[in-house]
Amino acid sequence: MGGEGTAVDVDTIPVYVMGQRVEVPPSLTVLRALEYAGYTLTRGAGCRAGFCGACATVYRLKGDPHLYFALACQTVVRPEMYLAQIPFFPSRRADYRIEEMAAVPGTLFTLYPELLRCLACGTCSKACPQGIDVRGYMAAAMRGDIAAVADASFDCIACGLCSARCPVEETQYNVALLARRLYGRYMAKRSEHLAERVREIESGAFRQGLAELRALDEAGLTSRYNARDIEA
Amino acid sequence: MAYTPAMLESIARVDASRQARLSATFPRMTPQERDDVLRRFHPDYITAAMREIRLGGCKGDRAPLELAEVLEAPPQLDPETFTLQEGDLDTDVLIVGGGGAGASAALLAAQGGASVLVVTKLRFGDANTMMAQGGIQAADQPNDSPVTHYLDVMGGGHFSNDPDLVEALVTDAPSVILWLEQLGVMFDKRPDGSMSTIHGGGTSRKRMHSARDYSGAEIMRVLRDEVRSHPESIRVLEFNPAVELLTDGQGRVTGAVLLDLETREYKVVSARAVILTTGGGGRLHYQGFPTTNHYGATADGIVLAYRVGGKLAFLHTMQYHPTGVAFPEQIVGQLVTEKVRGLGAQVCNVQGEQFVFPLETRDVEAASFIRECKDRKRGVETPTGQPGVWLDSPMINLIHGPGTIEKELPAMVRQFKGFDIDIVRQPMLVYPTLHYQNGGIRIRPDGSTGVDGLFVAGEAAGGIHGSNRLMGNSLLDITVFGRRAGAAAAAYAVGQEAGALTLAHLREWNRERAALGLTEGRPAPILLPDYTRHIRAVRKEPLVPVV
Repeated sequence: MGGEGTAVDVDTIPVYVMGQRVEVPPSLTVLRALEYAGYTLTRGAGCRAGFCGACATVYRLKGDPHLYFALACQTVVRPEMYLAQIPFFPSRRADYRIEEMAAVPGTLFTLYPELLRCLACGTCSKACPQGIDVRGYMAAAMRGDIAAVADASFDCIACGLCSARCPVEETQYNVALLARRLYGRYMAKRSEHLAERVREIESGAFRQGLAELRALDEAGLTSRYNARDIEA
Repeated sequence: MAYTPAMLESIARVDASRQARLSATFPRMTPQERDDVLRRFHPDYITAAMREIRLGGCKGDRAPLELAEVLEAPPQLDPETFTLQEGDLDTDVLIVGGGGAGASAALLAAQGGASVLVVTKLRFGDANTMMAQGGIQAADQPNDSPVTHYLDVMGGGHFSNDPDLVEALVTDAPSVILWLEQLGVMFDKRPDGSMSTIHGGGTSRKRMHSARDYSGAEIMRVLRDEVRSHPESIRVLEFNPAVELLTDGQGRVTGAVLLDLETREYKVVSARAVILTTGGGGRLHYQGFPTTNHYGATADGIVLAYRVGGKLAFLHTMQYHPTGVAFPEQIVGQLVTEKVRGLGAQVCNVQGEQFVFPLETRDVEAASFIRECKDRKRGVETPTGQPGVWLDSPMINLIHGPGTIEKELPAMVRQFKGFDIDIVRQPMLVYPTLHYQNGGIRIRPDGSTGVDGLFVAGEAAGGIHGSNRLMGNSLLDITVFGRRAGAAAAAYAVGQEAGALTLAHLREWNRERAALGLTEGRPAPILLPDYTRHIRAVRKEPLVPVV
């Protein structure tokens, strides 16, 4: 039966899970390799598809001085990989009510004053498994450029690795989240047709049309459906 | 991980036919052709994969084997020995599940003056909502209307949908988009501020709103942050799934028992109303399919609701998303958003020929892929024997201009790039994957279930989509019915007296099981799928005796 896929390889490679050596097939993702090695995950696994940020992972490779960052569900194991998951990292989230705010440059660093301590060292960008230019959007945040922060941070999955690595204790992803919410609510151009449609619905403009469809039997509804015109 | 030589040969044929295909898309099927391909190739029609449910209020209904098993399973708690004290936690409204429906319900319940407790199995936001890529439907364009949306939903669901629920869905849709935007969701827009909308499978108007291909993630992170802005009225307890509902012994739901996944302790919650927003069950892997679903999607809500008398609907219909990843092996079954086809990408077989209109409804599209591979033998086979067909993503930049794929589909580009495949220049290999539970617990338009004190919203609910959901109507349904259930549950709960906390319904359940001779079985809800490989015996008891 299916499920999460099975290892097709016969050969295995050694990896180290928090220092413990285990042998796993080289075709597996880090997440599947942990399960192959006998671990049952509660923390450190969420969507298993690269969207939720639950499986943030830090690793080293034997003989390599660098530290690497990845999502366990989207990264294939390599020989002599030294792995640790960072399933949780304490973050700071400012208290605010989005409806009581203004999208002005000062909003970001009023709520997150530590923003101004940013050293622009770029450690956050190096740690981002999404490849986001975190340093770049933090620079925009310091300038108060909310739109730029919102755009550049859009693919953030809030795994927390940027914050875990930051030497000056920023919570970058929460600054970015605030910027996006401010942009979406206050800065994006309004959709006139949306507001108009909501007004029409509230005034009951479509009640009769819906009632007419609801009065049809299945044959009547089917023929209306099959005859409907489809926008090119 | 890059494509094999045989696959590259097939890709060369896809490349060769691309220019001609740009001006000639395969025609839509006739109603008869759609019906035929579904009956012959859709997994819902494989009778050997289904069986009758043997007990409970929907005895005799058919469900996939794996689902019937958890529905009939013994409970985790023994009603004869489990001690129920006063309750460790007390709230007006208990919400079980922290996805988009749960978060929407929490916000509206709090607005209705209720104290709210949200309990989640994994982290708040670890849910299928977070993974939804393509978009959310709403008939807000001038050439569209809720009436047209209604017709599309009913036709997509083969006219089996509950009309009251569909009317609520399409009528609330534009106001839900406005609500989300007011909360700060960044929808894709044209320069003049109008919504940038595209087609989804089975839509007659371009009404798919998106936020790049992180549509669900964008909605989820905003809703979650908004919930976190209301700590005075909404508490969130993570890693504490519900393992049983509590009743007053007279049929009213009065709370739930939670299992703390980290301390392994049970907690008893007393609540005036309970909303189940537990999502679907893709991790039960019906018919052995891989799934796009998140790790905790184990059909808990329908198991819990069924034991207290909730009615179920459409459990024999599951949605197999046509475009699950078929290669590379590491991400088989993960979602390739329908937005790829919405932006114009066609589907080709091993010869580089189209064989189906790219935006048939999901059930028809998926059945056509299966036919092309299994019956016509014109699929592509990967080294592991996984079949697939080509989704010709490079067409998108040819149609809409260079840079479109990178801008509209960043998650897809990133995911494949991680495995050395560049979807800007090379097509993706796809095959149907288990995506969605079309059915679930029957609800009314206010999320009520007919069981006093019990409300349901989101994928756990059934009836909205009939036997097939259209793309973009799930992000819509979780917000529409999450809001409605939250408001209705608060109205029901505020001012209610706390009810008695009993497991009386489990005594009845166990009697019914015993009468059928069902003495065995793995307790449900199962909470998490078992993916751990054990080659030696595992000690189940705590290492240190409890004193």
